[in-house]
Amino acid sequence: MSEHTVKAYDEELAFLSAETARMGRLAVAQVRDAVKAVVSGDTALGERVIDGDAELDLAEAGIEQAAVKLIALRQPVSVDLRDVISAMKIAGNLERCGDLGKNIAKRALVMSGAKLRSPATGSVERMGQLVVARLGQVMEASRDKNIELAAQVWRRDEEIDQQYDALFRELLTFMMGDPVTITASTHLLFIAKNLERIGDHATNIAELVHYQITGDPIPGATRPKWDALQ
Amino acid sequence: MTLPDIASPEALQAQADAFITEPPPETVKLRTRALSFFYGKNQTIFDLDVAIPRNSVTALIGPSGCGKSTLLRTFNRMYDLHPGQKATGEILLDGKNILAEKDIAGLRSKVGMVFQKPTPFPMSIYENVAFGVRLYHAKSRAEMDQVVETALRRAALWDEVKDKLQTSGLGLSGGQQQRLCVARGIAVEPEVLLLDEPASALDPISTAKLEETISELKRDFTIVIVTHNMGQAARISDNTGFMYLGRLIEFCPTSEMFLKPRAKRTQDYISGRFG
Repeated sequence: MSEHTVKAYDEELAFLSAETARMGRLAVAQVRDAVKAVVSGDTALGERVIDGDAELDLAEAGIEQAAVKLIALRQPVSVDLRDVISAMKIAGNLERCGDLGKNIAKRALVMSGAKLRSPATGSVERMGQLVVARLGQVMEASRDKNIELAAQVWRRDEEIDQQYDALFRELLTFMMGDPVTITASTHLLFIAKNLERIGDHATNIAELVHYQITGDPIPGATRPKWDALQ
Repeated sequence: MTLPDIASPEALQAQADAFITEPPPETVKLRTRALSFFYGKNQTIFDLDVAIPRNSVTALIGPSGCGKSTLLRTFNRMYDLHPGQKATGEILLDGKNILAEKDIAGLRSKVGMVFQKPTPFPMSIYENVAFGVRLYHAKSRAEMDQVVETALRRAALWDEVKDKLQTSGLGLSGGQQQRLCVARGIAVEPEVLLLDEPASALDPISTAKLEETISELKRDFTIVIVTHNMGQAARISDNTGFMYLGRLIEFCPTSEMFLKPRAKRTQDYISGRFG
């Protein structure tokens, strides 16, 4: 991309993309650590995740402020406008990922405190790793302006939904088999739901990255949606 | 994603119509075919094809010297005033080639023009509007009063001048003078109205009023506006043509051009990266 005649304009746009990338790294780390805290029962790690969420909130507010200012002062058009709008919306999605990560970390503390264990923890860990990988990939797509990678993340959200569905059934089985596991299983079910939501945010971000780069939505019909309630 | 670049004249020619969205044929009011323009030996427009839809605002944008004002001036043969300037190809107004037109005054009554600087005649506000009408139509006093009022109303100037119609047009503010020129232009009921940077000498309020006037006028006229102000093109036009080095690079609905231009040159220009 060639440079703007007005250099400060380039710097402002660069700030937005750098901040979005930083938020992405933070969000990935938060979700990864939250899942780790659930699996290991490491309460210190859980606490760190809970405290770390404020950083994401702050970054989102900063991006929003900078974006609004840029729109007001520079009236961006074309790819610049799409960059600004996408940065704002990606930041919003990452902030939500942070909230969901924090919620997972809170459950990690509760489960650890009550010494709740469940044989399904391994499945939650696997799902967490998948979601963290997708979030990392989509932010990589955003950084490298890689439409193909963004489309891949978007198409493969179904895997996350299927894992969630499998986990849902697994947890039901444990709960029916041994009512003692109900508390732990319920926590894990909420954690899995949160992870599934983070996966959805990753797909939203994939759509935004595609729009940002091309000006068009991802081609093809609406994304196949796995519905656990069916 | 990198958009295709078109740096050299050859490349410009090669991309030909790749970035041109043709309006549906039945909507076209004005069309050029292989239009070239020469200032003496110097060619400034190259085989240009553009279709201007009726009852809409078409904006022509592009860096200085791209040929947009020249193109506009061919639409009513304004260049005829200057020896050594010549246009080749065709310009079809409702299918009729205006380059072959003998009745230039008749053509200019159909294709009116408003210039960058307000150019009121040194006469009363009333006469500024009535003057052109008298050239084409004999009207009674009462009829003429009606024509003048209607034109001033459509140009959104009536309320400001109705009590001083007999005072000089030169006594109005710049923005009012420009709207007076619009009133003068539309009083003869042209079919096409050409505007060459009509707001570049106006303050923001006058500009807004003029833009509102233009949006109202497109119901009755086909409007072509040349502007350096990209925000203005974005605000008031339905279609935008981007010109560069005497060629039409991209032509499409305005919202498309400002959200998702197809040519890299267009993108660089409208986003302030060159020119």
